[in-house]
Amino acid sequence: MSGHAPITPVRTLVTIFLTLLVFTAVTVFAAMRDFGALNTPVALLIAVTKASLVITFFMAVRYNTPLTKVVVVSGFLWLLILFGLGLNDYLTRAWIGVPGR
Amino acid sequence: MASHDAHAHHPKQQHHFYSMEQQLEASILGMWVFLVTEVMFFGGLFMAYIVYRHMYPLAWAESSHELNVYMGGGNTVVLICSSLTMALAVRAAQIGSRKGQIVNLILTILLGSTFLVVKYFEYKAKFEHGLVPGPHFDPHELLANGTLAPIHLPQGSEIFFSLYFIMTGIHALHMVVGIALMLIILAMAWKGKFGPDYYNPVEISGLYWHFVDIVWIFLFPLLYLLGAHFSL
Repeated sequence: MSGHAPITPVRTLVTIFLTLLVFTAVTVFAAMRDFGALNTPVALLIAVTKASLVITFFMAVRYNTPLTKVVVVSGFLWLLILFGLGLNDYLTRAWIGVPGR
Repeated sequence: MASHDAHAHHPKQQHHFYSMEQQLEASILGMWVFLVTEVMFFGGLFMAYIVYRHMYPLAWAESSHELNVYMGGGNTVVLICSSLTMALAVRAAQIGSRKGQIVNLILTILLGSTFLVVKYFEYKAKFEHGLVPGPHFDPHELLANGTLAPIHLPQGSEIFFSLYFIMTGIHALHMVVGIALMLIILAMAWKGKFGPDYYNPVEISGLYWHFVDIVWIFLFPLLYLLGAHFSL
């Protein structure tokens, strides 16, 4: 059959696997350094990079249809809306001195 | 069915699909829709994590020190290994290697079980150290001479451990479901049900497995690695 989806080469899978291990070491190393307020953003940046690698290569979303890609991206977009609107509430509560907040 | 030519299409192709390719695409799309609901499910817990961490930053930094970085980090490596074997199992199905599927699925199940065994020892230590939220919450720390000494944790630490147990507990539950799923897939692979033309169950079970790995990729730094000054 000619319509088969492309198959990810073993070499690619092993490269991604090694990259994920390196990033795991980097995130532990970074946590031992004091970046002040930047520690969590650095940890999240590494985690998002790792997650993107897993989604793109291990889950092979790069070979999926545009419709599937839209669903994947929109899922995480909605997660950002949850965090964004949630923080919009909690982070701004102290800005105005509302009694009994 | 009388007018239906039995050889017109692959026996695994269901009648409402035009082709095997479309059937596979539909399976993957459907699985992703489910995974998006899972993202939102865990997302709610992460939102709770953000809100309470914002309220009790000290409790978060101090309580995180009570978690075992070796076990958490080791489990991260175990899960990444299991994601590789899972991806290799899907690949083995795509190239029609029965042996490759069986070997990689068994490795995936073993690595998943290793994760849960490590988790058991972690939870056991938390119970012994009085770090389980509730009426018996009474934080203790293991001293160098092997005895437990009471420690003081800031206000809000119980909430940290509540979220720790809920988030890692639900993640572990997903691992149990994943292992059960892999046992079913292994039995199907054993019977030689998958090949280059049809491997949808391996593919979508693999998506689930990788998703559970991704959740842990976020849980590890956010729970175990807080406070820049922890010493290994």
